[in-house]
Amino acid sequence: MTAPTIEATGLTKRFGNFTALDHLELKLEGAKCVGFLGPNGAGKTTTLKMLTDMIFPTAGECFINGISVQAERKVALADAGVLIESPEIYPSLTPRQALQMIADLRGLPARDTKGRIDEVLSEVKMADWADKRVGRFSKGMKQRINIAAALVHDPDVVILDEPATGLDPRGMAEVRDIVRGLKKRNRLIFMSSHILQEVVDVCDEVALIDKGKLLFYDTLANVTSKFAGGNPTIDVGLARPLGSESALQDIGALPGVTSCTLLEPKRIRLRFNGGPDGREQLLASLVELRIGVTSLSEPVSALEEIYLKQIEKGD
Amino acid sequence: MAAHEASAVAKLPTAPRTRLQVPGSVNQVLKLTRAQFGEYLSSRRFVILVGIVIAIGGILTAVVAYFRSSLVSSSSLAFYGSLWGGAAGFVIVLAAVFFGGDAIAGEFQNKTGYFLMGLPIRRSVVYVGKYIAALLASLCVLFLFLVILLANGAYYYGGNALPWQLLPSVLLAVVYLFAVLGTTFLFSSLFKTSAYGFVLTAILFLFGFTLLQDLVQGLVKMEPWMVISYASSAIGEVFAPTVNWGLGGTIVSTRIPTGPGRFDTVTSYTSGVAEGLAIMLAYFLITGVVGLLLFEKEEFA
Ligand SMILES: Nc1ncnc2c1ncn2[C@@H]1O[C@H](COP(=O)(O)OP(=O)(O)O)[C@@H](O)[C@H]1O
Ligand SMILES: [Mg+2]
Repeated sequence: MTAPTIEATGLTKRFGNFTALDHLELKLEGAKCVGFLGPNGAGKTTTLKMLTDMIFPTAGECFINGISVQAERKVALADAGVLIESPEIYPSLTPRQALQMIADLRGLPARDTKGRIDEVLSEVKMADWADKRVGRFSKGMKQRINIAAALVHDPDVVILDEPATGLDPRGMAEVRDIVRGLKKRNRLIFMSSHILQEVVDVCDEVALIDKGKLLFYDTLANVTSKFAGGNPTIDVGLARPLGSESALQDIGALPGVTSCTLLEPKRIRLRFNGGPDGREQLLASLVELRIGVTSLSEPVSALEEIYLKQIEKGD
Repeated sequence: MAAHEASAVAKLPTAPRTRLQVPGSVNQVLKLTRAQFGEYLSSRRFVILVGIVIAIGGILTAVVAYFRSSLVSSSSLAFYGSLWGGAAGFVIVLAAVFFGGDAIAGEFQNKTGYFLMGLPIRRSVVYVGKYIAALLASLCVLFLFLVILLANGAYYYGGNALPWQLLPSVLLAVVYLFAVLGTTFLFSSLFKTSAYGFVLTAILFLFGFTLLQDLVQGLVKMEPWMVISYASSAIGEVFAPTVNWGLGGTIVSTRIPTGPGRFDTVTSYTSGVAEGLAIMLAYFLITGVVGLLLFEKEEFA
């Protein structure tokens, strides 16, 4: 029994002379959820399409459970469940018919198929719509069926490209629950997203990509502690410019504050390790200092900071 | 504690489990064909096409009824020769454009291709499965047209006045459908937009090929054996008083007056039955191989 794996070696894709993905080296191994995070246009979909043989690499190769996708698409994809680019389903089919087609093509034993289809349809909360034609469905409903289609054969490796696309907030939360459920059943999930919170919520590890280059791949815990001492930042807004250097020192001495810098005359950035309870105390102490506090931002995690910085650099 | 944890983990299914046995490619083609055929039958375009064929059949029925007095003097052979031999090719082209024109292009434009391409199937399975489904859907339409003609024939000539020529002619029509559909699939795989595939195949088959055929035979005065629409004349040739079963075409020269005392000769050709069959098979094979090769290299970008 070996652990599920996804691997890319020297993976490169050029469209004309534009390099959408540049020598990606990545190996994911074991039962976990890996977030593939990057701003729009970073090269996430391009990567996932090569992982599933929808487009062909300019250079390099991909492997699913050690089997080359480029050399043996049929064998490699047998173990994978794939959702890329929110596909459309033939409009005259019902979800049940569409999933039946997929189960047939994948070789699901006939005796298991019906039960399994009911199972995934209720997992994506579409059981009531099983026998209605897909043509009339909303974007979010279609996306739920797409997720069901990726899971109908209970794959070891699940590749999801922005699975929450088109879903309302409740739908997004449900997708996260589905992913958590997969994790519990020892699957390897590789999920792209441009939304940080989605990755933070369900993923154990994160691979950050921008402009076709992998910036890092590490566990969420490591990323958080490695960068910026792991402490979130809080911005303090002031009504008037901060009077003196000593006022800044006073703020730096408050409990939980590990550093303190003046961003603008009326804005201070703190690193704070005091947690939610400490924040109430922090606000009270700041007010007591009588420096004209008007606002206290939500804490920004270290990862978020890195991500935002990357995007800013990109623009 | 450690032992307790270990037993809790052991209860969970461990990945990877026994791998699913993915069906062979031929088996997958059949499964995909079944799903696609169902999809075609319940599609709006199938309903429209059936409507068009019923309309054509209805018009033919009305025309035949109007001229029924002159029918009495002609044979059932002439009846089927002019109606089936004359119109089957058109019905085939119509069906092939409807079901084949955007068969591949539509997979890109409608993003339905992404639904299939993540599956453990070879690209060619998708191409062949769609082709067979389109073939079956087109056959339904073609046979509907045949049934309308047979009903008319039975009414005027009696139920058992079927000329034997109808059988080879229907078989030729089916082979012609293979070839025309193969050609529309090839052109369809050159585009990623439904409308382009549709319009190009429609223009090609409704005007392009016949125009080319006229140019070759009228101006170059050469047998247009390289044009697919030329092969369709074999479907009607079977009903001729003296059938040319061979591989060479029949020259038909018509003198038309171009001025006082002056004539021009217009040359046209009718393909021999074997020749027509050979052209159809050649188109079927060549477009099939080229289309499959192109589709194997196609990116779902
Ligand atoms: N078929 C294509 N032709 C040309 N450029 C493309 C094509 N597909 C993607 N790109 C470009 O490659 C880059 C990466 O795209 P993509 O992988 O879709 O980004 P992401 O999924 O991270 O938002 C983008 O700049 C995009 O414009
Ligand atoms: Mg994308």
